[in-house]
Amino acid sequence: MTDIRAFEGPQEAGFGDYVQLLKQRVMSLVVFTALVGILVAPVSVHPVLAFVSILFIALGGGASGALNMWWDADIDAVMRRTKNRPVPSGRVQSGEALGLGMGLSGLSVLMLGLAANWLAAALLAFTIFFYVVIYSMWLKRSTPQNIVIGGAAGAFPPMIGWACATGGVSVESLLMFALIFMWTPPHFWALALFMKDDYSNAGVPMLTVTHGRKSTRKHVLVYTILLAPVALAAGFTSIGGPIYMTVAVVLNALFLRGAWRIWKRDEVMAEADSYAVEKSVFRFSLYYLFLLFGAFLAEAALRPFGLGGW
Amino acid sequence: MALRPEHEIHTRRFGRNLGVGLTLGAFILVVFAMTVVKVTEGGGMLDPATQGATATKEGTP
Repeated sequence: MTDIRAFEGPQEAGFGDYVQLLKQRVMSLVVFTALVGILVAPVSVHPVLAFVSILFIALGGGASGALNMWWDADIDAVMRRTKNRPVPSGRVQSGEALGLGMGLSGLSVLMLGLAANWLAAALLAFTIFFYVVIYSMWLKRSTPQNIVIGGAAGAFPPMIGWACATGGVSVESLLMFALIFMWTPPHFWALALFMKDDYSNAGVPMLTVTHGRKSTRKHVLVYTILLAPVALAAGFTSIGGPIYMTVAVVLNALFLRGAWRIWKRDEVMAEADSYAVEKSVFRFSLYYLFLLFGAFLAEAALRPFGLGGW
Repeated sequence: MALRPEHEIHTRRFGRNLGVGLTLGAFILVVFAMTVVKVTEGGGMLDPATQGATATKEGTP
């Protein structure tokens, strides 16, 4: 009786469907930047505790992803890119996503507090709150600047990592935060220019829809210009050094060149080459962040040998 | 021959149960490892008043 009944009911989720709720691709960025935050801090952390801290920071990020999928199921169902996600496709019930997200949020904050300290745990809790309530529930559907302010959620992990090690917030961790915060808009708008996602059908006010593509191109350039001094300023702090500075100067020059090329183009030119420049700038922006944080790591790794840092 | 024929849903349920079991096992290992480290280190990971000075990395101010 029990088994036969289950076959007739709604589709039953597999383990992978629940894992998919955690947005693994976003988690990889969270893991990397939080790891850099821990490793470049001037205070040593036991490797096991560092591992546990990163694990639960990642899980907290995943929990906010599940809550985002719970709240945005109506939007996800409309857009081609997201309609196969577990909730809109019916593989996972909406309430399950909410329960998983809430449960993992509480668990990750509690475990981070026990593994590291309560400031780091509080920052993680605030990050989840910011992403779910401020970004998903409020800004995403109300302003085309949603990406700008919502980007703060993705910028917190290195700050949490730094807090795990030092127990505090400093100019270094603030600049790592600012780096990701300023990087998010040009990165995402470059994507929005060529993805042509059906945001308007979903009722999401994307800049490309509300202000047009010409204005979006200008925004990419302006934010890339604003990003450069933040990236360079981080190089003058205790986590920077000649390696980071060299990498930052080269990468920012290339990013500015790409943003300038995006700004100079119009839709006719972009469609003629299938958005080649926009796609290359988007790909480059991923390398940009990875290499800058990699340079922070290189400085920290060489410091014991008297080579890293100023 | 099995008494009940295997249905695809049984495979999916087994996968889910296995996943949950392995996750819980991993969680226990993580808590155990964390406890061992905390006990052997004799305190929290960070108490700047007592640990900050001794834990500062070599070569940093």
